[in-house]
Amino acid sequence: MACFIVPAAEAAVSYAVARSIEKKEKNELCGISENGITDQTDNIYDEEHRIPFSRKVKWLTKLLSGGSLLLAYEHVWHGEVTPFFPFLTAMNDPAETSAMLHEMGTVGVSMALLITVFWGGMLLVSNAIEKRAIRDSRSDMIKAAAIRTDDQDKDADI
Amino acid sequence: MTLLITVFAAAIATVVWYKNAPDDTYRISTLCFMYWGASLMWMCDAVAEYIELGSAFFEPAVEDMINDAFLGFSVIAFGLVIWLITLLIKDPKGVIKAKLFRR
Repeated sequence: MACFIVPAAEAAVSYAVARSIEKKEKNELCGISENGITDQTDNIYDEEHRIPFSRKVKWLTKLLSGGSLLLAYEHVWHGEVTPFFPFLTAMNDPAETSAMLHEMGTVGVSMALLITVFWGGMLLVSNAIEKRAIRDSRSDMIKAAAIRTDDQDKDADI
Repeated sequence: MTLLITVFAAAIATVVWYKNAPDDTYRISTLCFMYWGASLMWMCDAVAEYIELGSAFFEPAVEDMINDAFLGFSVIAFGLVIWLITLLIKDPKGVIKAKLFRR
């Protein structure tokens, strides 16, 4: 009836959260923190292998908003959403309104939860991939440093 | 049927995205997110329907199946239209900008 409204509302919230985190990350990148100028030398190498959290929140926004849009289309198809007030046909009848609210509370909430859990899984996988990339790049750095030291030792011997 | 068609569309979009990754000039990832989001939501709908109908859920009438398939393909087309509009607005290759501001 109107289950897509719940994930659509969550999409709006996650969009606002993503924008706010993005702003914070940009400020941090420019070296501006709440206390003043931050030190940029720390963890710059690791940051290259990390996906910004704002981008990860955008994944959730895209999943929720894209899904809601297609579901809204389905509701228009079935005549449950109309282009005129009150936009939802279930709003015309109190009995149908209560059924609609029940559906929003059960199916709608479970849809939003399932998408959020799916996104949580995506976060876990991406974090594991990032950690592996950081570990590989660090070991490459150590190897390169060892080779450089060996070369310097050989030069010193000559 | 709608769920099935959307899952197939999501899988195809994901394969196309993976083939071109990490290059995402044509924003195939948007299409993937949209179809996967819708698929997950319809899965919830399907589970709710299964709880309500029981095994009858797996024995739909032919007419219902045709209607659902028609809806499924319409949803795919709608998703493609949204993706196309997003692509043209973002204009990653600058084609539209070049056309509009050509002197």
